[in-house]
Amino acid sequence: MANLQIQSLTLQIANKTLCRDLSVQIQENERWGLLGKNGAGKTTLLHSLIGQRTADAGRILLDGKNISELRQKELATKIGILFQQGIEALPATVFETVLLGRHPHAQSLLWDDSKDIEIAAQSLAAFDLETLKKRPIDTLSGGELQRLALALLLAQTPELFLLDEPSNHLDVAFQVKLLSVLMDKVTENSASLIMATHDINLASRFCENIILLLEGGESIVGKSSDVLTETNLSAAYGCAIKSIRGDGYQLFYPA
Amino acid sequence: MTAYRQILLLTCLTVFAVASILFSLLSGSVDISIAQVVASLTSTEPNLNTQVLQEIRIPRTLAAFVTGGLLALSGAIMQVLLRNPLADPYILGISGGAAVGALSAILLGATGFWLSNAAFAGAVFSIFLVFGIANKFGNWSVTRLLLTGVVISAGWGAVINILLTTSSTNNVQSMLFWLMGDLSQSRVNWAQSLLLLVGLGGGLAVSRSLNVLIRGELLAVSLGVSVQPLRLALFFSASIFTATAVTVAGSVGFVGLIIPHMLRLLGARDHRVLIPSCILFGGSFLVLADSLARTLIAPQQLPVGVVTAVIGVPAFILILRSTIRK
Repeated sequence: MANLQIQSLTLQIANKTLCRDLSVQIQENERWGLLGKNGAGKTTLLHSLIGQRTADAGRILLDGKNISELRQKELATKIGILFQQGIEALPATVFETVLLGRHPHAQSLLWDDSKDIEIAAQSLAAFDLETLKKRPIDTLSGGELQRLALALLLAQTPELFLLDEPSNHLDVAFQVKLLSVLMDKVTENSASLIMATHDINLASRFCENIILLLEGGESIVGKSSDVLTETNLSAAYGCAIKSIRGDGYQLFYPA
Repeated sequence: MTAYRQILLLTCLTVFAVASILFSLLSGSVDISIAQVVASLTSTEPNLNTQVLQEIRIPRTLAAFVTGGLLALSGAIMQVLLRNPLADPYILGISGGAAVGALSAILLGATGFWLSNAAFAGAVFSIFLVFGIANKFGNWSVTRLLLTGVVISAGWGAVINILLTTSSTNNVQSMLFWLMGDLSQSRVNWAQSLLLLVGLGGGLAVSRSLNVLIRGELLAVSLGVSVQPLRLALFFSASIFTATAVTVAGSVGFVGLIIPHMLRLLGARDHRVLIPSCILFGGSFLVLADSLARTLIAPQQLPVGVVTAVIGVPAFILILRSTIRK
């Protein structure tokens, strides 16, 4: 299973350093939250992990191999990502769309393997979308589209799941429900996960580890309980953040 | 779309292709029966019917099929590459370059071989011109490509107008026929016919990747498509298909834009079905249009480009309306 090593990574956009000398090691069954304020570089960091951006310094190793040396297809069998923008509503059915998740695994040039069809169907079922199977996706609601995007990612069966703002378009009940479903699948597959989110509470609830990006390229990496403190978060977001305990959860809010 | 419906669509299109080819072989000033068509395919005996078929109708029908197939295929590829439903084989200025080549050749009194070569040279020159400008230090984006293509296309348009306004009436007639698309002098050689088969094979080989690419660049990358090399291949292959088609028949309009859309409306959204469907339907559509172009007001011939629009527009609207009602 995937072992991702980020070694002394530096990423810059237009002379702004988003992260400097970031080192993280992510092993199977680990769930990481990626936090930082708007523009801190969360999305850029996730994109660099799928080879869509090259590192300005440092390197990213997947199972010991530099990801820039891996073929795009090989990378796609190991790392899957849920994009912030979601799925574009082009004319296509729900099932056609979820089946795209099997693209990196496809054996035949032309025919769909029955195993791929089965995995796609199971992924739809996991997010309660089986009844919408034949629906054109341009008739779906925002929440249904986001569930479809999650089902597509699940169908890809990656060893490392990257989520960019997975709670977009979802109401509070769905956020927790769908993320729980996804986390169960991640655990079932002995995969790992990195979730970029604005919601500190969501990260603290689902992730044991945190990468917190600070202003100026600094970062704090470690166990959630160590990283998610009032001092660290206030520094990261540039506003006072306090926490309370309730129902067994540590909850954070801007003071 | 279920596998059953996909097979049904491809079967219908194959039947339509065979029917349109037969219709083309049977129509014309000399009456030839189906039995005579079959007989002439194997016969070496020189008689009038065999001669008409082997020297006029079969080559012209083949030219129409190859041209139509290449245009529809190129249109489908351009629509994925540029992610724009308005994209057609001519959007990047290839036909403009070919037209300037062809019109200059007509001005100089060239016909046949030299006219075709001038058109092909103009098309190839335009392909490299557009790519050369859009491509800066190995960096090119689809937006740059589209903008460059549209601008170069407009530039060619101006040159075409200069050539038209300064030529003699006699030349202008031939020029207009070329610009509207005309198959009356058209022949395809083996290389051009082979290109259609290469297009089919190549198109099928990347059809899965096209299904992903049309959903967006980022999604395609994350699902393992090597987007930039694929785009490069799509640009150059679609360009060569277009260049070949306009060399054979001039800039026949409509086929490359509308055929892929018609097929998508009929349910062929998956490129594994769309690619072969485009070749079958594009080819047979142009064969049918050309048969009408040379028989409707016989012995006069219409430019085939006029006929493609006259039957294409109502057919497209009909399909659009019937699919919207569902």
